[in-house]
Amino acid sequence: MDQGFPLFPQQASSMAPRVDNLYFYLLAVSFFFATLIALSVIYFAIRYRRRSESETPPGVEGSLKLEVAWTVIPLLITLTFFFWGTKLFFAMNRPPTDALEISIVGKQWMWKIQHADGQREINELHVPVGRAVRLTMTSEDVIHDFFVPAFRMKKDVVPGRYATAWFEATRPGRYHVFCAQYCGTKHSAMTGWVEVMDPLAFQNWLAGGTGSESLASAGAKLFALHACNTCHRPDSLARGPNLEGLFGKTVKLQDGRTLVADENYIRESIVAPNAKLVAGFQPIMPTFQGLISEEGLLQLVAYIKSLSKAGPSPAGIPPPVKESAPEREAPK
Amino acid sequence: MSSALVAPPESKHPVEPRVNYLNATYGVKSWLLTRDHKRIALLYLASITFFFFLGGLFALLIRLELLTPAGDLVQSQTYNKLFTMHGVIMVFFFLIPSIPAVLGNFLIPMMIGAKDLAFPRLNLLSWYIYMVGATFTLWAVVHGGVDTGWTFYTPYSTASSNTHVIATAVGIFITGFSSILTGLNFIVTIHTMRAPGLTWFRLPLFVWSHYATSLIFVLATPVIAVTLLMVAVERLFHLGIFDPRLGGDPILFQHLFWFYSHPAVYIMVLPAMGVVSELVTTFSRKNIFGYKFVAFASIGIAVLGFLVWGHHMFVSGQSVYAGMIFSLLSFLVAIPSAVKVFNWTATMYKGSISYRTPMLYAFGFIGLFTIGGLTGLFLATLGVDVHVHDTYFIVAHFHYIMVGGAIMGYLGGIHYWWPKISGKLYPEAWARFAALVIFLGFNLTFFPQFILGYLGMPRRYHAYPPEFQVLNVMSTAGASILGAGYLMPMVYLVWSMRYGKAAPANPWGSTGLEWDTPSPPPTENFAVTPVVTDEPYHYSPGEVEIVG
Repeated sequence: MDQGFPLFPQQASSMAPRVDNLYFYLLAVSFFFATLIALSVIYFAIRYRRRSESETPPGVEGSLKLEVAWTVIPLLITLTFFFWGTKLFFAMNRPPTDALEISIVGKQWMWKIQHADGQREINELHVPVGRAVRLTMTSEDVIHDFFVPAFRMKKDVVPGRYATAWFEATRPGRYHVFCAQYCGTKHSAMTGWVEVMDPLAFQNWLAGGTGSESLASAGAKLFALHACNTCHRPDSLARGPNLEGLFGKTVKLQDGRTLVADENYIRESIVAPNAKLVAGFQPIMPTFQGLISEEGLLQLVAYIKSLSKAGPSPAGIPPPVKESAPEREAPK
Repeated sequence: MSSALVAPPESKHPVEPRVNYLNATYGVKSWLLTRDHKRIALLYLASITFFFFLGGLFALLIRLELLTPAGDLVQSQTYNKLFTMHGVIMVFFFLIPSIPAVLGNFLIPMMIGAKDLAFPRLNLLSWYIYMVGATFTLWAVVHGGVDTGWTFYTPYSTASSNTHVIATAVGIFITGFSSILTGLNFIVTIHTMRAPGLTWFRLPLFVWSHYATSLIFVLATPVIAVTLLMVAVERLFHLGIFDPRLGGDPILFQHLFWFYSHPAVYIMVLPAMGVVSELVTTFSRKNIFGYKFVAFASIGIAVLGFLVWGHHMFVSGQSVYAGMIFSLLSFLVAIPSAVKVFNWTATMYKGSISYRTPMLYAFGFIGLFTIGGLTGLFLATLGVDVHVHDTYFIVAHFHYIMVGGAIMGYLGGIHYWWPKISGKLYPEAWARFAALVIFLGFNLTFFPQFILGYLGMPRRYHAYPPEFQVLNVMSTAGASILGAGYLMPMVYLVWSMRYGKAAPANPWGSTGLEWDTPSPPPTENFAVTPVVTDEPYHYSPGEVEIVG
C-alpha cells in the first residue's frame, strides 16, 4: 500500500472515474462561486472602506432583477448536479444481471464473506478484475457499512434485511475496506482488504481453497436438516408453497397484494413466515429466527435461487427424511 | 464565567452608577429568581459557555488521539465516548441554545421595543429545564459516558451499547422542552408585543430569523423527544420498535431522528444568519439589500428544512426514488441560503465599511458558510454522496456550517452586543487578533478533513491507516490554534467587565432600537415605549439609489 501522502483516492472500479468526473464538476462550480463571493466581499471591503467616522453612504434600493438572477441561476446549476448525480446513483443501484454473486455478513467487528462456490474468507475479499460483482450483505447485530473508497462504493449493512451493492474492479491491487457506519467499540478495527486479481489468478485462488461445497448445496443440506422439505415439496402433500422456480416470480399474497420473490422476501419468509403469507396457505410455518445463522440464511437463499436456474436443477427438492422435525417451538 | 457574571458590580468605585438591569438588585437569589429576560440571557450565557469549553475539551482529546494513526492515547471505548459526548454537548447544550437563548433572549424584547418577553416566568422556567436536562447528561458523562454517537443509531443504542444511553437521552429529552418553551415565548412576543409602528417588514432581520427558528423549535423538537423516548422504551422493556430481532425497523429510527436533527441544523445556523444581517448593515452603514428576500429566505429555509431529512440516508437502503426526491429538495433548500449570501455581499456595495471585530466575524461567517453550503451540494448529489457519506468530508462540511457558520455568528454577535450587555467596551486590538486566530485555526483544522474524506477516511475512527496521517496532523495543529483562539475572548471579555471602558448607548452608530436605550439597559429596557417610524437599517435618510 502506498504509505506516502496521497491527496486523491485510487480509481479502481468502473464507477470511480464516473464519480470523480461529477466531483470535479462540483468542485469547479463551487470554486467559481466561492471565489466570486470572496472577491466581491474583499473588493467591496477595500473599495468602500470607511474613510471618516462621520460618513453616511447613500442607501441602495434592492433589485428584483438581481434577486431573480441569483435565485434562478443557482437553481438551474444545482439541477444539473441533481440529474447527473441521480443518473449515477441509479447506475450504482442496478447491478448487471450476469454479476458474480458474493455474500457478506457483518458482525461486531468483522466481515464474513462467502463466495458462491463455497470459498469463505474473513476481512478479505478476493475478486477478479473486469467482472461485475454483486454483494448481498446483512448484519448479525447492528448496522455496519461496507465501504471501499477505491471503488467509490458504500452501502449500509442493516440487520434483518439484505442490502445489495455492486462494483466492477478495473485495476488489480489491494484496496481498503472500511466499516463506515459506527458500530461500537472496535468500529475502526472493522476493516479489511479487497484483493483484485487477474481472472486467471482468481480462478486459481478459488480452486486452491479448502474445497468446501458451494453455497447452494450447503443450503440444500440445511433445507433437509431443518426438514423444510416436509412441507415445501412439489407434490400434492405440500403444506407450503413449492419453491422450485419461485425465485424472481411474482407471488400473490393472502391479502391480495403481489410481490416479486427476491432475496429479502425469502429471508423474511424464513424468519417471519407469517409476515407475508402466500395466498392459499395456512399460517402454520414456525419461525426460524435465531435457529439459522445469517450465513445459513444466505445459503438457503442461494439454494432456493438455484431451484429457479434454467435446466435441471443441481439439487432438486429431496424427499423428506425426518418426520418429527416440523413440530418445533418458536425461539424465545 | 458564571461567578464573574453574577458578581455584583464593584462598590469601590466612587462614581454613583446609573441603575441598570445588572445593579438593580443584588444577590444570588435576585439572579436565580429573576424574570428579566436580560438576566436570564446571562444565566444561559454562563451555562452554555461552560458546556462549550467542556465540549471543546473533548474535541481537543479527539484531535490529540488522531495525531498518530495507532489508537494509542485512549482506548477505543474511551475515544467513542469522547466523540459522542463532544457531539451531544456541542449540539444540544451549546449550539442549539447558543444564539437564541442568549442573544435572542437578550435582544428580541429590546429590538421590538418591549419591556420583556411575553411570558417572563416561562422564560426562567426554560433555563431551569435546560439545567435539569444538562444535569442528567452531565451525570452520564461523570458516570462513564455514552458511546452511541450523538446520532443514537439503533439497534446499536438500544441493543448493543452498555453505556449510559438512557440518562443521556433523558437529558436531551428534558432540554428539548426548554427549546420548545423558548420558541413559544419568542413567537408570542413577536406577534403581540411589537412597539407602535413596528410592522412586520420593519422588524430587524435578527427577529425574522428568530421567528423562523422558533417555528422549528416548536414543530421539530417534540419529534426528537418522542424518538428518544422510544429508544429508552426499547432499551428498558425490549419493546420491538427499532431492533429487527424484536420485530422493529432500524431505519425508522433514522427517519425520526433526522426529521428533527436536520431542521436542528437550521436552528443552529438561522439565528447566526440573523446576527450577520445586523452586523453587515451596521458596519456598512447601509440598509440591507433585498430585505424581503432575506426575511423570507429564513422562512423558506425553516419550511423546506423539514422536507430534506432523507438526504442523511442515501446509503441506508431507503428506496432509490425516495433518495431522488430528497436529493431534489435538498438542492432547493440550498437556494435561500445562497440568496442570503448574495444579499449580504450586495449590502456592502457602496457602503461605509468598518473593520471592527464584529464585522471581521461577519466576513468570516460569509466565507466559511459559503464553503459549508457549497460542500453541502456535494452531499445532496446522490452519486457523490455515496462515496463521501460517513467520511471526514461530512465532518468537515458540518463543522463549516456549525462552527464556521453558527459559532462565528455567535461570537460576532457577542462582540457586537457586548457593550450593550456588559456596559463595557471590549479591547478592540485583542478582539481583532482573536478573530483572525479563530479564522485561521478553523480552516487549518477542517479544510484538510475535506481531502481526508474524499480519500475515504471514515468518521468516528479511533485508529486509521498511516497514509492519512499528514492531513490529520494538520487538522490537530489547527485545532490547537482554534482552541487558543476561543480562549482569548473568554479572557478579555471577562477582563473587560471590570477594566473595560464604559460603553456609550450606541457605540457603533447603529439604527436598531436596542441601541436607543442606555448601556447596560435599565430593567424595563425603555423609559418610554418607542414609536417606530422608519424602515429598518435606515442609515441614509432620503437618498436611495437604484441598482441593477
